Amino acid sequence: MFGTGLLKGLGVTLKHALDTFEDDRDSVPDRYRGSLDLGNNRRVIQQPIDQEGLLTIQYPEEKRLLPERFRYIPMLIWDSEKQEDRCTACGICAKVCPPQCIWIVRDSDENGKPVTRCSEFYIDAAVCMSCSFCVEFCPFDAIKMNHDYELAVYDRYPQLVYDMEELTVPLEYYAALWPTQYEEEQARRKEEEEQKRKQEEEKAAKAAARAAAKSAAAATDSAAAQAAPKRSAAELQALAKERAAQRQAQAADAGGSDDDAAAAKKARMEELKRRAQERARQRKEENGQ
Amino acid sequence: MTEGTAVAEAPANNLGLEQDLSDAVVGTWAEDTEPAFVIAPDRILDVLTRLRDAHGYDFLSNLTCVDYQGYGGKLRADIDARLEIVYNLYSTRRGGGSIALHVRVPEDDTVPSATSVYPGANLQEREVYDLYGVKFDGHPNLRRILLWDGFNGHPMRKDWHEAYYEEDAKPFRSRHPKGEYAFHEDKLPWAKNTTYPAGWDPDSWQEAVAYVPVSQAPQHEDEPHLDTESIVVNLGPHHPSTHGVFRMLTRVEGETILALEPEMGYLHRNHEKIGERNTWLMNMPFTDRLDYLNSMSNNWAYALAVEKLADIEVPERAEYLRVIMAEFTRIVNHTWSIGFILNDLGALQTPALYAIEEREMILDLFEAVSGARMMCNYMRFGGVVRDLPEGWHEQAAYLANERLPRALDELDRLLTENEILKARGRGVGYLAVEDLIALSVSGPMIRAGGLAYDIRKAEPYGIYDRFDFDIPTLPNSDIYDRYYIRLLEAMESVRILQQALRDMPEGETLGGRGGYTLRAPEGEVYGRLEAPKGELGFYLSSDGKTQPWRYHVRSPSYINLNALGPMSVGYKVADAIVILGAIDIVLGEVDR
Ligand code: SF4
Ligand code: SF4
Repeated sequence: MFGTGLLKGLGVTLKHALDTFEDDRDSVPDRYRGSLDLGNNRRVIQQPIDQEGLLTIQYPEEKRLLPERFRYIPMLIWDSEKQEDRCTACGICAKVCPPQCIWIVRDSDENGKPVTRCSEFYIDAAVCMSCSFCVEFCPFDAIKMNHDYELAVYDRYPQLVYDMEELTVPLEYYAALWPTQYEEEQARRKEEEEQKRKQEEEKAAKAAARAAAKSAAAATDSAAAQAAPKRSAAELQALAKERAAQRQAQAADAGGSDDDAAAAKKARMEELKRRAQERARQRKEENGQ
Repeated sequence: MTEGTAVAEAPANNLGLEQDLSDAVVGTWAEDTEPAFVIAPDRILDVLTRLRDAHGYDFLSNLTCVDYQGYGGKLRADIDARLEIVYNLYSTRRGGGSIALHVRVPEDDTVPSATSVYPGANLQEREVYDLYGVKFDGHPNLRRILLWDGFNGHPMRKDWHEAYYEEDAKPFRSRHPKGEYAFHEDKLPWAKNTTYPAGWDPDSWQEAVAYVPVSQAPQHEDEPHLDTESIVVNLGPHHPSTHGVFRMLTRVEGETILALEPEMGYLHRNHEKIGERNTWLMNMPFTDRLDYLNSMSNNWAYALAVEKLADIEVPERAEYLRVIMAEFTRIVNHTWSIGFILNDLGALQTPALYAIEEREMILDLFEAVSGARMMCNYMRFGGVVRDLPEGWHEQAAYLANERLPRALDELDRLLTENEILKARGRGVGYLAVEDLIALSVSGPMIRAGGLAYDIRKAEPYGIYDRFDFDIPTLPNSDIYDRYYIRLLEAMESVRILQQALRDMPEGETLGGRGGYTLRAPEGEVYGRLEAPKGELGFYLSSDGKTQPWRYHVRSPSYINLNALGPMSVGYKVADAIVILGAIDIVLGEVDR
């Protein structure tokens, strides 16, 4: 009979409406089971896989709980125990990066000899395609994927070109974002630790001996070769300063003006640690329920 | 293999051609990887015709070009011709592998157009003309297709450099250890980076609106009508019905379409040129961005081709994981496509939103396993990059065994018997399946025309030969069947998923040899799989370096558009919207 198909279809829409209604009724006061209150009318939500009825999440008040492997923009790990950057400026990440959006300046000691540390580390977040190759191939567990995805700014340049300071996070932050992987890594690293330290001490001793023997070499010869479209060291410094100024202006509206580069960094680390704890708490509650 | 074998001794018998054509084969190429036959340019049409008529090779799958200028490999030491046109032919009746033919073309020479034998060569030859500058004799409409008329040069040629050109191959030296990165903002895009062809004046240029098929559209003189004139109408490029930035140039009389031409390239980013600068592995995340609804099958297709070329083994568990991801992706794609066919029919949003609810759950699973919902970048040469996280398998099994079958049934009840859908869909957009094959159309569209051709059965890849599933077909080749076939295919995917999730063994997920320093052996390969939208193929050619010499994507969305014009003529404008919707294109893949 003409119209039975239509009626059947309408039955389906009716069922959806009822499902949503029932779901709403069952989940008073929370719309979703397992959602976590962050205070301030914000909550983190994980939709159960058998969710029926409405599937909408009301961003930004409600956010999804991200899975551990979520990848967005990389971050550099500051090893809080050893008080040092894990990155050794080996450059592998810059080589494997498909859009070539990482660039690294290797640091040198006072004698101009390259050392295993970078003086500059940039990621152009507007170009980064979140592929996580840098993470996969870094041999030192120094670069990991961050979960922060609310990165909108008014200008691509310079705000989206992240420098080392913006990229660096403490180890605890990483441990909270990636608990499973962190545990595995930690176990592995412990094993390697002793050997590594010995080797590094040897190396450092050798390097120091050699460096003492040599005198300072010219560090600026390559700068002369820089062609017009490239940014000179001076320009880069100016840009870095500009960024620092912007950050200060953003962060410290009430704070003192001069001595707070270190203070700002510390505050940022603290803030990241606080967020890490929060994330750890979220996960714990999530697992508990 | 030595240099001599690339040109010598014409083993025409391998190609199985009769005696009168044996002189057409002038050599072979790349015997170590996937052998191809080199055909004399003036005999190519004879060979194609014979292969089609007498040998059953009715499907011209891939037609592309390679520029060998500066080629570093050993195979071409004594060959001058700069360009080579590549043809890959298949048989849809028999199944099985391909025949690859090459035609060598000196620069600025022409090649006979294959459109008279395989009409499906139309868009592909236009692309070769656009990107390589090879002219095809006898092509009905040889215009630029991805680029505009004022574009200077042919960008896929090896000596053409893009605006922000830095080096021929990645990784770029400037990134480490001194980090002298050059910002693109420092290079003015509209001053020194833009040039026009000689004698070209950008100010006085106007786009010619009435292209050949459109301008020569027949007039419906014999029909009784008011005194109307046929006019040219652009549908798109900025319109929701075009599923992206895509334009249909039509000549209409009243509401009836007299001729229709697809116009594309608005999203063109020279994916293939980028692919030639990238190392083999770097291309993997770029394939995500082709058909961005189906990154898992794109990953797989590329991995499959490279594994074939470099002879890399895939562990058992990874094979299962690939099948699972690919079939989940197929369900995502088909429900999406069903939803938007209905949207295009005017059933705004309700069916679409119901259809993509399950997609949400599947994308959550993708995110949990790979780290991203759409740009999964999950596969590597020799396997997949990460094993499943805890709890994933149970959730996937719940989806495959309970939720998805229920949801697809619900969609079936919601739509299949709907009288309006039938009235709008039955008999609209008809094209006989033989014509579809001739136009190189693949995927659900030919199965909705009654031909059970699916690469998973015809030339099984991965471990598809282990699963028990059917290839659904429908007889009518119209909009309604193109909607329904997708639902049936999604149901079959659920069956495969259930088996794969049940049988998946424990073990390794990534074999050894596919890292970022991979050097593929010299040669070429064409690897393909049944992507949700049709045959997705990667044609790769290597000169033994860490970068592909040629990286070509045979994208189903693009080539299926061959049929858009022929399918739309005679129907109403409102039908053309749905006809396009039922081809199921994604512009990321069309324009590349
Ligand atoms: S982040 Fe890792 S790969 Fe990159 S330079 Fe530092 S240590 Fe090397
Ligand atoms: S995630 Fe990928 S694109 Fe982004 S910096 Fe790392 S390697 Fe480069």
